[in-house]
Parts: sequence; C-alpha cells; structure tokens
Amino acid sequence: MKLLAIETAAEACSAALLLDGEVTLRYQVQPRKHSELIMPMLDDLLQESGLKPTQLDAIAFGCGPGSFTGVRIAAGVAQGVAFAADLPVVRVSTLASLAQGHFRQSGCRRVLPAFDARMQEVYWGCYELQESGLMQALFPDEITSADKVTLPQGGNWHGVGGGWLSYGETLATVIGSGLKSVTPDLFCSAHDIALLGASGFEQGEAVSADQALPQYLRDDVAKKPANPIRFG
Amino acid sequence: MLRVLGIETSCDETGVAVYDSEQGLMGHSLYSQIKLHADYGGVVPELASRDHVRKTLPLIHDTLEQTGMGLDQLNGIAYTAGPGLVGALLVGAAIGRSLAWTLDLPSIGVHHMEGHMLAPMLDERKPEFPFVALLVSGGHTQLVEVAAVGRYRLLGESIDDAAGEAFDKTAKLLGLPYPGGPELARLAERGSPGRFRFPRPMTDRPGLDFSFSGLKTFALNTMQRELAPGLKLEPELAEQTRADIARAFEDAVVDTMVIKCRRAMRASSSKTLVLAGGVSANRHLRERIKESMDKEGVEVFYPRPQFCTDNGAMIAYAGWQRLRAGQCEGLGFGARPRWPLEELSPLD
Repeated sequence: MKLLAIETAAEACSAALLLDGEVTLRYQVQPRKHSELIMPMLDDLLQESGLKPTQLDAIAFGCGPGSFTGVRIAAGVAQGVAFAADLPVVRVSTLASLAQGHFRQSGCRRVLPAFDARMQEVYWGCYELQESGLMQALFPDEITSADKVTLPQGGNWHGVGGGWLSYGETLATVIGSGLKSVTPDLFCSAHDIALLGASGFEQGEAVSADQALPQYLRDDVAKKPANPIRFG
Repeated sequence: MLRVLGIETSCDETGVAVYDSEQGLMGHSLYSQIKLHADYGGVVPELASRDHVRKTLPLIHDTLEQTGMGLDQLNGIAYTAGPGLVGALLVGAAIGRSLAWTLDLPSIGVHHMEGHMLAPMLDERKPEFPFVALLVSGGHTQLVEVAAVGRYRLLGESIDDAAGEAFDKTAKLLGLPYPGGPELARLAERGSPGRFRFPRPMTDRPGLDFSFSGLKTFALNTMQRELAPGLKLEPELAEQTRADIARAFEDAVVDTMVIKCRRAMRASSSKTLVLAGGVSANRHLRERIKESMDKEGVEVFYPRPQFCTDNGAMIAYAGWQRLRAGQCEGLGFGARPRWPLEELSPLD
C-alpha cells in the first residue's frame, strides 16, 4: 500500500507518505503559509522514497471541517495530483484524524474532537477506537453551538482540539463526569489522514479526482438581501 | 513547441483553455456562476470559491476532450494568481500547481489584468508593441502604457469605483437584475440621448485618472427627482425615464473614457490603443472609442466579445508568453489579491 496524505485544513500544514505500513511525515505549524508549504512537502516525501506519483495507490486528504480556504487547498492539491496521476482519492474527516492522533499520541480510546467554528459554534465529533486500531465515528460530524453537542453514552471521554479552548467550560458542563481529560492544543496531522485513508481505500471508499470535494459542515455562508428599493 | 493549459478562477467565472505555439488557441471552456450570485445582488466570495473547487477539474477534462489530447501532451500550466478574490484564486492555484508537479511541467501564476490586456493577441489581427491599453472591468479602470509583455507603466486609474462597478451599482439602483452592467447597457439602448446630462468626472483638469462613484450618486438623485412616487408616472413614462437615465449614465462613462483615451494617445508616441476587460464588450464604448480614435489616426484593438469577460484563453496565452521566455515558479503556490501591474517582470 502506497498512499500520499495531505492535511491543510487546520493550524498545521502536513503531508505523509504511507509505504507498506510505515508513515513518513512532514509537519509544520505556520498559519497562512499552507499554500507555500504543501507542495515542497509532497515533493520531499516522494524524492526521498524514490517514488513517482503514478506509482502510488491512492491520495488521501483532510476534507474538513476546518478553515474553508485550507480545506480547499487540500482538495485542490488532491484533485490535481489524482487527476494527473490517475489515482483514486479518499476523503478523511479532520475530526476523525484528530481523534486518531489523540489515540496515537496519548492512548485515548474514546475521543471528543472539537474545532472552533466561530459564530458561537463548534465542529464536533464523537469517536471510539475499534479493534482495528482505528477511530470510528459514533455520530456523523456536526456543527452546533457548544451547549447542544450530541452526547455519547457512557464515560471515559477525552476532549481534544481548539474547540475545547474556546468553549471548554460549556462542553465540560454538558458532558459532566464522563469527561476524563481535555487536550486543546493538539492539531490534525497527515500521519492520521494516511492511516484512516489507507483503511478507507481498502474498504472501497475512494472516489474519483473530481469528487475529491470538501466537507464544510457549515453551509449557510451568505444571506440573501431583502428586495431593494426600486424607483419608478 | 509549447502547449499551455490555462486556468482562471479569480472571481465568478471558471475558465480553462489550451494555447499552443503553432496552433494557437486549441480549445476553451467557461462556466459562469452568474445564476449562483444573482439572488445575492453581487458576487459572494465564499460561494464563488465553493463553486470553483467543484467545476475546475471537470472543465479541464472537457477542454482536453474538446481538443482530443491527453494531459501528457501539455508542456506547461498557467493559472491566475491575482488580483482577485483570494479564496477563489487559491483553488485554481492549488489545482494548477499540483497538476504541474505531478506531470513534471513548469507552471506560472499569471496576472489577471495582463491576461485581459493580451487577449486581443488571440485574434488574427493583433496589436503590435508598443501600445496604450485601457483596461476596464468590474474591478479595474486603468490606462497603461505597454512597451512589451511585462513592461508596463500606469498612466492613470480610477481613484474610487471601477467603471464596471459603477455600471453594476447604478443598475442596482435602477432595479435591474444582477449582473447589472450589461442590463443597464441594454436599457440605455432605448433611452433618448440628451434628456439628462450627467457630469464627465475629472475631465476638467489635466491627468488621466478617473472617478466614477459620483455618477452613481448623480443617478440616484436624478431617480429620486424624476421617478418620485408622488409624481404618479404612467408605467410607460416611468420606464422611458429609467431608460433615459441609463442612457445619460452610460454616455457620461463612455464620454469620460473617450476624453481620457484621446488625452493619453496625444501624449504617447504610440498610435495603437487596446481596449480590454469586461466593460470593453460594451458596444457603445467600442463605437465611440473607434470613432474618436479614427480622427486621431489611432488604430483600436479589442478582444472578441467572448474574451472581453474573464476566460481561460487569456490566461493560457499570457502564461504561454512567460513560460516561452523561460519564466516559471518554484514548488509553492499562492494568491495575490492585490497585485500592481507595474510589479510584473519583463520577459528578458
């Protein structure tokens, strides 16, 4: 399995190459530099491995939620590489990747990833580790105000992500005693996009390049104006 | 031989084209988002970006199919890097740059207004350097001295609204559907010239700068006076008055541009004027500029109407010019929402 993973939706810009179970990562936290960083990262990974894009099996990218522009950078790059090298694409939730990253780094098995969605809302997910060693969503990712998050059953939950920085108190109150820890300063990484992407690819979830589209979650992005005054 | 794929995503049109050294323009496709933005009365940047990321790749596919070639028959990629909406630009840049990297081709970020300026070169009858260009669009109104590709000197520009912007805003006041500019021009066709007289801004002093925001206010005041509900105008009479106001507005914009172009050409050693950008599709503007320049012994060039508005062909062509000269960029990509033409580098 040879898969290239791209993540530019969140604070960090990263790229990862999964090669027969081994992940090589390029990762940098530099806000608003993602468009300058991502292609050199991909180039570096492939140069080091001696692979050409056409020798890969698939591309995976963090499809959101996250910064709209950041998600589109990842989608655009995934589309371009996949179209030119004739590869399938796996869309991976950024919330899922953060949950996976939390398990990978801290061993947390029940994870509640949250990003600040601004406008008094959070992007919210609810993930549990499967026997495969990969995180799976118990509910679809959602966008909601912090006091209306969907509550999982049971306890031993670990909060992760920037949403816990902005709305930590409200979220903690809603979840109550089931909450074991909060880690607001972990960012999404292409490492986890690669792991989840490989599994998605094996399960037949890959799409064609033109379907490598973002999942914004927030769709009410513009208000239609009232009828203007018309003279005559 | 150099064959370049061009991608345009700077505002509300997705455009893709292929330009080739020997065969010229080989194919082009355009998807317009006009309907998407119509209900909002103007371009909503986030909606524009969302549409570009859905449409660009299918358009590239269509354009290649149209020309009967594969990606492996391209030698370079060009995309609009600015000026424009940053989110929209980044979509074209991400796709263009990643295509180039994967195919191991050079790529270049093109200046949108350079694309417009060079668009007449896509036709058989081409202007020769040096020339003066009047660039008029929804975002720009500029008079530029063009010595060669990349050698630009700004002679004058709008100090407030661009001409196209003034057209659109005035059209909105007249209750015309979005995009208002072309609608206003259509309404003006039925207007009687001379019933109202609007000022010709900044023509009473030397210089080549423009100002169009006052005309919009003048139009509003005229409407409030001539179309006041208290007047209880018959519908046909009100419609005629609206057409007359549209005509007076258009005449004022066109006259102002004619005066400034005449001034620019008299000060220039060049005898060639290029008219480009979305507003250059305005029939009245084309005729009046031509008429005035004929008297001055100046030859006028404009792009064919479909390449006046945003399109991929002009980006493929401008990119072809620069890639042909050996210019290309590194691995990173970016967008420059503001990008003065004068900062561009010459070809040599």
